[in-house]
Amino acid sequence: MADQPAHRAAVVEFEHVTKRYDAPVKRRGGTSTKTPGAVNDLSLKVPAGKICVLVGPSGCGKTTSLKMVNRIIEPTSGRILIDGVDAATRDITELRRSIGYVIQQVGLFPHQTIADNVATVPRLLGWNADRLRARADELLALVGLEPGTYRDRFPSQLSGGERQRVGVARALAADPPIMLMDEPFGAVDPIVRDRLQNEFLRLQEELAKTILFVTHDIDEAIKMGDLVAVLQVGGVLAQFGTPAEILSNPASEFVARFVGDDRGLKRLALDRVGDLELVQVPLARPGDDAADARRRAHADPFRYLLLVDDANRPLGWVDEEDIPASGTLDEALANPVSPIVNRRTTLKDALSMMLDADVQAAIVVDRTGACQGVMTVDRVARLMREGEHGRMYGVFGDED
Amino acid sequence: MEDKPLVDWAWIGDHLDDVVVRLFQHLQLTAIPVALGFVISLGLAIWAIRRPIVYGPTTAITGLLYTIPSIAAFAFLRPIFGLSLLTAIIPLTTYTLLILFRSNVSGFQSVPADVLEAAEGMGYTRRERLRRVELPLAIPLMITGIRLASVTTVGLATVAAILGDSFGGLGQFITEGLQTFFPTKIYLGAVLSVALAFSLDILFVRIELWATPWARARAEQTA
Repeated sequence: MADQPAHRAAVVEFEHVTKRYDAPVKRRGGTSTKTPGAVNDLSLKVPAGKICVLVGPSGCGKTTSLKMVNRIIEPTSGRILIDGVDAATRDITELRRSIGYVIQQVGLFPHQTIADNVATVPRLLGWNADRLRARADELLALVGLEPGTYRDRFPSQLSGGERQRVGVARALAADPPIMLMDEPFGAVDPIVRDRLQNEFLRLQEELAKTILFVTHDIDEAIKMGDLVAVLQVGGVLAQFGTPAEILSNPASEFVARFVGDDRGLKRLALDRVGDLELVQVPLARPGDDAADARRRAHADPFRYLLLVDDANRPLGWVDEEDIPASGTLDEALANPVSPIVNRRTTLKDALSMMLDADVQAAIVVDRTGACQGVMTVDRVARLMREGEHGRMYGVFGDED
Repeated sequence: MEDKPLVDWAWIGDHLDDVVVRLFQHLQLTAIPVALGFVISLGLAIWAIRRPIVYGPTTAITGLLYTIPSIAAFAFLRPIFGLSLLTAIIPLTTYTLLILFRSNVSGFQSVPADVLEAAEGMGYTRRERLRRVELPLAIPLMITGIRLASVTTVGLATVAAILGDSFGGLGQFITEGLQTFFPTKIYLGAVLSVALAFSLDILFVRIELWATPWARARAEQTA
């Protein structure tokens, strides 16, 4: 952006924020009749560039907390600091234009084209027409909508998933340092939701905005959050921490119940193969001396060799028993039973592949397909055990 | 008394000038009150949306105004304003308020809550939101009100015939026809009134279509 200051992500800090409601609140428009949840002495700090998910049952004040950031709701007491500045002291219009806002019902303007919708905040900021058009196209492409196809359509001509993407594009239009997202993927079916979540996480890797994200779905919270704030009814913060901390060490009975009995399995969706320390196994190439290979296989606790090609790409396992006493190793000996995973594969997916293949180990490869080592069920179990004691990663040492 | 045909076409042919003038007068008697009524009721509707407490009393007052017989209103205002356009415009305008106030309020109420919330969250000022979001989205229901008010006013405006030649409109044909037992004039006034009402209705349907391209897009989508 030429005349737009390069926006950094901002730090958002809740300082003893309380919101009380004396009487049910009526809002215009009729449809939202439910009383917003109260918030009780909420203090938490979202570091710049992180996604903080506010999660909890209905009535826990998660949406109220979100709306106090852009002052759609004003706190009864306490302060919300944005980069150290009290939001209450800022001009409300200017404040809101510097915060991206995405809501569950999307709230696209039905009378405006998609391009006009996306360019809403830049237009309010007074950008000229050429720049508005260019920015709208840029953002549509960013959220995966072909500008030529979508730019001149109206919201009613889009599917639910497409509308959500436009909603995200619109919130990003003026490159705000903060985004507020209130159940942004709540109104679409699970398959579309999963795809939108993944796309959004990929986008966030580049954008690194500070994001407050509200959901009632603990799985979404764990998936989307760098940090998760679990709220309970009455607007009390039950726990604030990384998803791993919350899954391994629920702070209370309420949190434990809210995350569910399957929190061990949920952890598996969170951790990636790269979080494990990999097991190193003896490698051999076709044409290697068989007797030597046999000795090496025998020396290994697994009693297996991993046969790899010239670029270290795995060909398959060779059982010690199958190695000829003399001569050389042949590619035909290789038994390619283990699934191939990479460091980004979640433990859940890796374990699922191992169960499918009925094996105890998966081969971990890098981008070129070269073998990095082997992950085993045992290593996964060890990671989980360490997590129970609050230590997640960096457990080294070999006891196999 | 000699036998007259039901409609004396020759007479109409000889008086086309009158027809044009009175049609124009009638259009004036309709357009000005509807336009004025729309502006006034739009202001009232915006007020009522901001302060819901205003809605009840405003409905009551506009309803009361609506019940005043038009003849009585003209008779009451004539001594004050004479045979001026104002004598007709004032009551005709007040009659539109009931319909237009309610349709304008409905128009604003039809704006979806999520759209309002999104606009608020993105930093629209109240005024910008009204102009760029609420008004455009209220158009369909507002126009429904305008159509109804126009048709009603075309009918009521025939009573303005008491204003005479300068402003009387199509109602003069009817009044004169009744006074002189000349049915051609009665039919002429009545048919032209109906035709005018019908034309205005079609005109506003057109305007609505033109002003709400997004609704057309939706219709094409579902078709």
